[in-house]
Amino acid sequence: MPSIPPIPEPKRQREAELREAFLKEVAGIPAGEKIKNCIQCGTCTGSCPVSRWMDITPRETVALFRAGMLEEILESRTIWICASCYSCKVRCPMGIEVTDLLYALKRLATHKKIYPRRFPVHALSDTFISSLYRFGRIYELELGLKYFLKTHPLKLLSSIGFGLSMIRKGRMAILPKRIKKIHEVKTIVDRAKELEGV
Amino acid sequence: MEYAYYPGCSLEYSGKPYDKSIREVFKALGVKLRDIKDWNCCGATMYVSIDKIVACSVAARNLALAQNMGCDICAPCNSCYTILRKVNRYLAWDPEMRGKILEVLKAANLTYDTPVEVRHPLDILVNDVGLDTIREAAPYRFDGLRVAPYYGCQLVRPEHQFDDVDDPMTMDKLLIALGAEVVPFTAKVRCCGGSLMTTYEEVALDLNNNIIKSAEDSGAEIMVTACALCQMNLEGYQQKINKRYNQKHNMPIVFFSQLVGLALGVDPKRLGLQSMLVKPRDLKLIPKGMKVEV
Repeated sequence: MPSIPPIPEPKRQREAELREAFLKEVAGIPAGEKIKNCIQCGTCTGSCPVSRWMDITPRETVALFRAGMLEEILESRTIWICASCYSCKVRCPMGIEVTDLLYALKRLATHKKIYPRRFPVHALSDTFISSLYRFGRIYELELGLKYFLKTHPLKLLSSIGFGLSMIRKGRMAILPKRIKKIHEVKTIVDRAKELEGV
Repeated sequence: MEYAYYPGCSLEYSGKPYDKSIREVFKALGVKLRDIKDWNCCGATMYVSIDKIVACSVAARNLALAQNMGCDICAPCNSCYTILRKVNRYLAWDPEMRGKILEVLKAANLTYDTPVEVRHPLDILVNDVGLDTIREAAPYRFDGLRVAPYYGCQLVRPEHQFDDVDDPMTMDKLLIALGAEVVPFTAKVRCCGGSLMTTYEEVALDLNNNIIKSAEDSGAEIMVTACALCQMNLEGYQQKINKRYNQKHNMPIVFFSQLVGLALGVDPKRLGLQSMLVKPRDLKLIPKGMKVEV
């Protein structure tokens, strides 16, 4: 019988590190520990409107986590394709908050900077929170421009028509609006980051 | 009746017609909306993928601002509605998280001791104001108009509170009360993809194509929604969808509050109908007998 090669030590260590961080995130979700109860029935995947575009389905995500393959999950497109529709959550027969588990994985990916290749979707969150930090509100025009410039500059061209018609209808601002007490928002973000050590 | 109004970023611009029509409808029904002064973005589904405590604290600033207003919050954006409710749930659930968030707020000289209830205007209109009151106040009806009510995801599922997660009926009841014919619409809670329209367009186009098709197949003349992002995805990308999937969609997508406003006799311009990408003259929804220039 051929012997199974052992998992290389650096990978084993990385996995242990990721696992610890992930379990900490899971503990911070109401009913997070229910991930243990997953019966692999696949209701989440079957209910998911976007699972057919995922490389790892929601059910497989839990299976891979159990198999000690967190890094593979973080390198997949799955967590960045989730549209936050919560169909999986309301249908899970074991009461697992699947969507929030995917959020926990997103946070893990963001903290550890592990992203899928050639799929820079996470850039939208970064662009979004930078707008929030500077203005207190979301400046949609800049959000779109910056995101496309960072990811698919060519896409800007195909979005111009839509953008212009929204501006013409008064549904897109050309200039940002800053809230009066922006210092409060900045203090909140800074202090929260300090507390979390991020 | 009085509510602390939290419009959210979408309603300032892309969802402006939603904001306008909500304000007009509440005014016409004698329900007071007081803006939460200097509110900030709730963080939506974006901040939660970066850091949870930061995300909850940023959203909690709005709850803290509303606390002293002494009434429930009215949040028309489905995403804001979900986020604010979620923060309340997390604060009540985990004392450690609560401690951290309150400490963060304190750094900005804010407190949040008494939880403020977060409500959606659809819930307020149907369950607080009541269908009878609305019916009596409405001089116009939509008799014979075939409508597909589209709820989307965030309103009914994550923090579900006032309706069923699979087959919500609140908007159906409201439209029926105004005389409209609500068609059986199987995609009423199917996801529009939300921000995937920006990040992974081909997925979102497919989802929206199927939702509009489902509405057409059930004989709907218009679709009515309660979410600014759903509205923008469904309305703004129809041409792209038509090109890509060889379709002929020309489906008006309006906010439920615009229909209620029309029934109450509010001028369509004040309801933002001229800002819809599907032009008002294409809309079949101006009630019979209502004289308007479009």
